[in-house]
Amino acid sequence: MAEPMKIRATMQGDVADVKVLMNHPMETGLRKDAKTGQMVPAHHINTVTAKINGNTVLEGNMAGGVSKNPYLGFKVKGAKSGDTVEVSWVDNKGDKRTDTAKIA
Amino acid sequence: MNALRRNVLKGATGAGAVAVAVAAGLITPARVLAATPRSAFDAKGMADTMKAMGLAAPADSKDITIKAPDIAENGAVVPVEVTSSIAGTSGIAILAEKNASPLVADFSFQGGAQGFISTRIKMANTSLVRAVVTAGGKTYTAAKEVKVTIGGCGG
Repeated sequence: MAEPMKIRATMQGDVADVKVLMNHPMETGLRKDAKTGQMVPAHHINTVTAKINGNTVLEGNMAGGVSKNPYLGFKVKGAKSGDTVEVSWVDNKGDKRTDTAKIA
Repeated sequence: MNALRRNVLKGATGAGAVAVAVAAGLITPARVLAATPRSAFDAKGMADTMKAMGLAAPADSKDITIKAPDIAENGAVVPVEVTSSIAGTSGIAILAEKNASPLVADFSFQGGAQGFISTRIKMANTSLVRAVVTAGGKTYTAAKEVKVTIGGCGG
């Protein structure tokens, strides 16, 4: 099972500012292992979905071009303090992870 | 310099091919970014990537702001922030033009999400970071050059 995400959501006026830090190696599949000289197989997040109180607000596709332990920041208008933010991702090996946080 | 020139030439012919495809009705310009086919992430080079995304010659726009460092010391972690003040922005895609696979990520917004995305990307070389924004069925673009001193792709 993958490591948990860190999610921080705060209200900035009437806009919720959500910051997510995912734990993932994000291997491109183009890198060689320095010790063995073998290619490191691709292992990266494919899709990311963010929901607020169960309603999807953001859908994203990613590939190996996103940095290791991806950071994602986005803003949602109309959300309120106390609303639940749910972020989930699925990687190219079928592994997945969902975490939630409350908007502060 | 030679590599740059080659890229420019490749880009020009590629764009021509896309224009022809659009004229022939093979590609619908008003594609929703969320439906970006997975193959677009594997496409090599800008021209092929834009073709795989089904985007035809997006218009340059001053309403897109790309916040990224002028010089990135470490190409493995380049913070990029894209803000679109175009009304009805429904999607933002981020591309690093000289990466082996230029399309890095794309996002689509709904239900109150603003035209804003902040993330960190890998860059193989000094190149333009391009944002492609979809709003009201049209596509817009903006780019910013980021100089990379140590590449972040491959080893």
